[in-house]
Amino acid sequence: MNAQPEHTAIVAARDDGIAPGELLMDVRNVSLRFGGVKAITDISFNVRKGEIRAIIGPNGAGKTSMLNVINGFYTPQEGTITFRGVERRAMKPHHAVRQGIARTFQNVALFKGMSTLDNIMTGRSVKMNRGLGWQMLWHGPALREEIEHREKVEEIIDFLEIQHIRRTPVGKLPYGLQKRVELGRALAMEPSLLLLDEPMAGMNLEEKEDMSRFILDVNRQRGTTICLIEHDMGVVMDLSDRVVVLDYGKKIADGVPDEVKSNQQVIDAYLGVAH
Amino acid sequence: MEFLNSILIKPFQDMVAAPDFLLQVLWEGLVAGVLYALIALGFVLIYKSSRIFNFAQGIMVVFAALTLVGLHEKGVPALLAVPLTLVVMFLLAVAIERVVLRPLVNQPDIILFMATIGITLFLVGFGELIFGGENKVMITEQLGIPTGSLTFEPFGGFVSIEQKDLTAVIGAVVLVAVLLVFLNKSKMGRAIRALGDDHQAALSVGISLSTIWILVWFIAGIIALATGIVWGARAGVSFALEVIAYKALPVLMLGGLESVLGAIIGGLAIGILEKLFEIYWGQPLMGGNTETWFAFVFALIVLLFRPQGLFGERIIERV
Amino acid sequence: MLYRTASQFKTSYHADHALFPVRQDAWLLGIILIFAYAIIPMTASEFTFNALLIPVLIYALAALGLNILTGYAGQLSLGTGAFMGVGAYACFKIITAFPDLNIVVAIALSGFFSAAVGVAFGLPSLRIKGFYLAITTLAAQFFLVWLFEKWGWLYNYSSSGAIQVPNIEMFGIIVAGPNASSVTQYYFVLAVVTAVTWLAINITRGRIGRIWKSVRDMDIAAELVGINLMKAKLSAFAISSYIVGVAGALFVFLWRGAAEPNLFDIPLSFRVLFIAIIGGLGSILGNYLGAILIVALPVVLGTLPGMLGIPIQSATVEHLNVMIVGATIILFLIVEPHGLARFWQIIREKLIMWPFPH
Ligand SMILES: Nc1ncnc2c1ncn2[C@@H]1O[C@H](COP(=O)(O)OP(=O)(O)OP(=O)(O)O)[C@@H](O)[C@H]1O
Ligand SMILES: [Mg+2]
Repeated sequence: MNAQPEHTAIVAARDDGIAPGELLMDVRNVSLRFGGVKAITDISFNVRKGEIRAIIGPNGAGKTSMLNVINGFYTPQEGTITFRGVERRAMKPHHAVRQGIARTFQNVALFKGMSTLDNIMTGRSVKMNRGLGWQMLWHGPALREEIEHREKVEEIIDFLEIQHIRRTPVGKLPYGLQKRVELGRALAMEPSLLLLDEPMAGMNLEEKEDMSRFILDVNRQRGTTICLIEHDMGVVMDLSDRVVVLDYGKKIADGVPDEVKSNQQVIDAYLGVAH
Repeated sequence: MEFLNSILIKPFQDMVAAPDFLLQVLWEGLVAGVLYALIALGFVLIYKSSRIFNFAQGIMVVFAALTLVGLHEKGVPALLAVPLTLVVMFLLAVAIERVVLRPLVNQPDIILFMATIGITLFLVGFGELIFGGENKVMITEQLGIPTGSLTFEPFGGFVSIEQKDLTAVIGAVVLVAVLLVFLNKSKMGRAIRALGDDHQAALSVGISLSTIWILVWFIAGIIALATGIVWGARAGVSFALEVIAYKALPVLMLGGLESVLGAIIGGLAIGILEKLFEIYWGQPLMGGNTETWFAFVFALIVLLFRPQGLFGERIIERV
Repeated sequence: MLYRTASQFKTSYHADHALFPVRQDAWLLGIILIFAYAIIPMTASEFTFNALLIPVLIYALAALGLNILTGYAGQLSLGTGAFMGVGAYACFKIITAFPDLNIVVAIALSGFFSAAVGVAFGLPSLRIKGFYLAITTLAAQFFLVWLFEKWGWLYNYSSSGAIQVPNIEMFGIIVAGPNASSVTQYYFVLAVVTAVTWLAINITRGRIGRIWKSVRDMDIAAELVGINLMKAKLSAFAISSYIVGVAGALFVFLWRGAAEPNLFDIPLSFRVLFIAIIGGLGSILGNYLGAILIVALPVVLGTLPGMLGIPIQSATVEHLNVMIVGATIILFLIVEPHGLARFWQIIREKLIMWPFPH
């Protein structure tokens, strides 16, 4: 292990045996309908190991639905997703987590009655496995496990600079901090693919800058692959390596930021030109 | 074999063998079902307009009946006791709105639910304190409700229908009809229905939230009195009637918490089915008294297949 | 300066994970335990044992069980009374079938029966949510009490339909039955309750407790961080019902001495629910505070007027009691929905600050 500055010694991304730049996830011909509403129509795109991949598009384009398909919350009517070489269509969300997919939500989905620390600790539930017997006694293996994971979580807390709210119930935190705690919970899961649904929505400029820094650090220092949805074009173009653009559930562009920016269809979609 | 026969075949043979008795059983079930439906209806109104799972609805039935009988015992003429009881129910609605609902506005559902359990207890204690805890007889005749029974002889058999039950059924139908007209045609009624969907929309009609709540709880109180009179006429008036309060819950869940139609159909279905089950399966095979749990277990089984109830709207979860 | 925490720095996560990171809390608990184990038994009267101390402990334990399900895991239950009944009847069958079995073992085993029944009635919670779930536990409540009445095998076909606790010895001392002394029973109950409470604290502060709370706060999100909802909910039903079952066994064997089916009817379920609510959902301490309030209230109401010389009938006391409990619940929900436990927290925080206002 190479020596790293202390505050960046955050929990490493899991080693998924895929070299940087190789295919991590491949989405093929996915379609999703709710009754008559076509949320996603025949979308294909891929994510490479180590990159920051952005999904953008106007409101209602189907971005959130796409993330929901990726992490198993919705089952698409058609299409497949290949993640780390395993192809599937339907799966339970907790299986997706075990495979290494973690996410944050457009409308913060934290556990409101629990403290920041506990919220982030739940992100490690999957990795903890001491049974009821040890838990009841608390001492011995269960305590050792608890402390071991607590140390990892404290690293994340330091990294995200939220030490001061460690014991505060998250329901009482301002929105910007809640988003940060939510990122912390996702990081605690040590994902190989991190899905972020509008991580900067509703933030002021300073908070956005902090969040951008965290996202970049996570990506650069831990090599975590990130797939993010964001409406702020400035942020998207700065952060991401490649961008896929959705409109009315269809993919209209896919490429590096500069390509996408100059794509006529994309410009039209954002300016609201009639189809 | 013997066992399967006694569960799957024999009961139906019995039904066919004595169709007049079957009719009698169905009628009894229907009457009970009408009462369940009434209680559930009061509940649905409150739930629709305020998202409150009102556990106290059943106890309001007892409280109303007790007040009516109690007032009569204290020398108030029967026909004056009814409007007086309505006044009491109105005051109760106002008190509940002021003391309980207003301070608890915007609290989580579970807290409001617990509060209605608190109301339940309070009403039980208060009612018994004032009117005594012993069993009372409903003042059926004094209210001018006919008490004889009618007999029919279908299939060469014999069916007897109590006139007060018949009155109850007719009264319930009229009450429900009036209520539906009120909800659908009057400004107030539309406000109540709108409230369930959208507070702002309801407020824009120009009626204040507290007025609507008081009104809704008062309507629930009227329904409670009606239910209390007819149920009391059949079973006497005491807090033992509480059991029917609990019965309203499976009825509701079967129908879906927000559906007026669901409450009515759920009530009738449970009333009839639990009677049939008791007579043809419960008594011969299980030692009887299955009416205490049948409704709950039945609703539970239905919910396993339709978690939102028969008429509730399906919930699609989103993140 | 009673609650000075300023100088108590944690030097390791290990210290931070101690039961009481703040020293004064540990002292306070020590004092309470000394009272419970030494001072109270020396001074209490027969009446105090039977009317206050033993029932407070048993009700607190039942409420603790319920609190795990409702306060921690967020699944409302209206059937606690019936699950207590399962524990009591199971214990009765075990004791009468194996008269030589140690009663502690019998009580511990009977918890497994209520846990199994709890899991069976918890299964629907995987599909049915919120208020609709209340129907499940009500179904359990009414069905089980009916079963206690109709299934003669459960009460060994006794003609009264009731179960009667025989004299039971442990290490030569009679701990249960008509000849047991109140002090012995008090110690027995206290020991069981202390042990179960300690185990429950450990479960709720670790991984399993966090999982339950996350399901309570937002089950979809819990699923999306990888929590298996089925395991989480069923484990809450199992552990909760286990504790409730043990409380039920104690309820009959160490306190009532006999039981009829209707003892476990819905009023018992509600009494336990109130204790949990008034004490504070999602708190362990609250169960004790709530139990003290609910158990002591009728006793106080029953004796106070007599002491003051006011003539009052016992029926009136009963009615007043019901009314006051109802009003108290409403009052609590309005003033402090988190119950007595939160009050204690607020007081404690004030003490930490004291005498400096900030
Ligand atoms: N659970 C659902 N039931 C029915 N329709 C849904 C559901 N979830 C999403 N939709 C519909 O699918 C479409 C895409 O929604 P989605 O939330 O994916 O859009 P989005 O791109 O994330 O938009 P935004 O930028 O506003 O977040 C919309 O028309 C939405 O109404
Ligand atoms: Mg979205």
